[in-house]
Amino acid sequence: MLVHQETQGLFLVLYQVQYRLKMINLSVRDTEQEKDLRIAWQYKKYFGEHQQNFEYQRNGKPEYCNDFDLRKPLERHFLSGQCIDCISLQDSPNLATLNDRCSTFLAQLPRCDGNVMCAGRIAIQSFCAPQCEYSNMDWNMLSFIRSLKGMIRSSNAVAILTFPPSVVSSSFSKRLQHLADTLLSVRAIPDEDKELAKLLTGYQDMVGLLNLHKVARINTQVPVILEATTFSIKLLKRRSLVLECLNQAPVDASSGTSYATSGSCSGSSKTGTLDF
Amino acid sequence: MDRSSNLLDEALGLDDYQTKSSSVASGRVVLIEDCVETSGAFVLHHLIKRSLTPHSSGIVIFVAFAQPFSHYDRVLRKMGCNLVVQRDNKRFLFFDMLTLECPDGDGGKTNEGGLLELYGKIHEAVEICALSEDNRNCITIMIDDISLMEVAANGSSNHVLDFLHYCYTLTTQFGCLLVSLNHEDIYSSMEGPTLILQMEYLADIMIKAEPLATGLATDVHGQLTILNQGISDGLGNSRNKLRNFHFKVKENSVDYFYPGTRG
Repeated sequence: MLVHQETQGLFLVLYQVQYRLKMINLSVRDTEQEKDLRIAWQYKKYFGEHQQNFEYQRNGKPEYCNDFDLRKPLERHFLSGQCIDCISLQDSPNLATLNDRCSTFLAQLPRCDGNVMCAGRIAIQSFCAPQCEYSNMDWNMLSFIRSLKGMIRSSNAVAILTFPPSVVSSSFSKRLQHLADTLLSVRAIPDEDKELAKLLTGYQDMVGLLNLHKVARINTQVPVILEATTFSIKLLKRRSLVLECLNQAPVDASSGTSYATSGSCSGSSKTGTLDF
Repeated sequence: MDRSSNLLDEALGLDDYQTKSSSVASGRVVLIEDCVETSGAFVLHHLIKRSLTPHSSGIVIFVAFAQPFSHYDRVLRKMGCNLVVQRDNKRFLFFDMLTLECPDGDGGKTNEGGLLELYGKIHEAVEICALSEDNRNCITIMIDDISLMEVAANGSSNHVLDFLHYCYTLTTQFGCLLVSLNHEDIYSSMEGPTLILQMEYLADIMIKAEPLATGLATDVHGQLTILNQGISDGLGNSRNKLRNFHFKVKENSVDYFYPGTRG
């Protein structure tokens, strides 16, 4: 399933996150957990330390950066969704149709300098699940994702892809993981696990764990080493989803539920509502 | 520019910056292996910079399946190497393969078609470069990365292997240095003669980037294991040299150090 929005970029209901990254690869065991996923990573601290990473516009050349704030809340009007488009692939014989749709959509969002007012989002759920018609066409799927990644690099857009790793081969899974710029995994925690209940505070409220394996490394060779890579997932009144850091550092022990402030991506004075 | 030698250079036989051997000995094949947890791309960046040092006349032919030119340019610029200038000077030849699709057999062409065409271009570039005596033995062919070349070839590892063998002939014919990156973890669960095994067979120098067994740390980003095969000791004997050390990747350089030598 591909969901996209033609005007104010593209948004998938499952992930209420504004990503500044190119491709997100999320392995999912329980799709129910995806609902209202709100990711709050501790990125703000990096902006102070790594200001030297920012490149400013010089001699008319485009500026860029390699530090992205994934916690930046997405304003509601971007989510109102005038034209969210869902397409089904049930009737198409191959992935060329999907590729063409993505290509047409991304062609409307060429990479440009300056303030980005519009961002595209492509979301593909359970791409390799058995019910997906192309699940036995490994190389075609990889080829499509590679092609999508190439297109995304030249446009103001993001693609989020989920796949169930348990139903694909280890080799194929690794290939997907390498193709992803940012890699997350979600897994459920077992009910009534007394051992785990002793270890984890608030175990009763947790529905699963989110792991962050890889953060995009675009325009840089330096890996991002986060203080914490595992987050617990909790549902509050079945309405909002909260991520809390499990490996909390003594000093920065605030919960990851919400952040009032937002950092901006580039060191530029032109701070946009959307960063690319 | 920082001209001090480091553990990686020493392991590759590049420890003497004052001599003209600013690049790895010509005619050799270098394989960089990495995994999801630890990228080995920084080794490629290092080798690009070494090959393009101002006091050498080396030429780099870069085949990019993984990243666009802008990415490499921005990374290398922070390291003090301007790829745009080098490209204009014809010392950095960039082949953008991000969207290369090798057509199916249905269209009358084989999967190999796209790769054959690519090899033709590389061969032509090498021939032109080799015409100049100054540049002889200083041509480096780099491929980033082989696993994506496989995807472009629609999974035909035989065609990829053929391509690599063709490139291998350039190392003997023109004394080129062949550097390629591949992801080892893709093949770790596969049985039989996998592509990476064949690549290891071809390689003279293997560089393996791995995470630390103890997990992620801010001070140590991983460890490098380098196997340098067939080093001549000057008496007609050859031996292998195995090195293992830790590294920390920074924007403008990489720190290499032996385990436990960092406070």
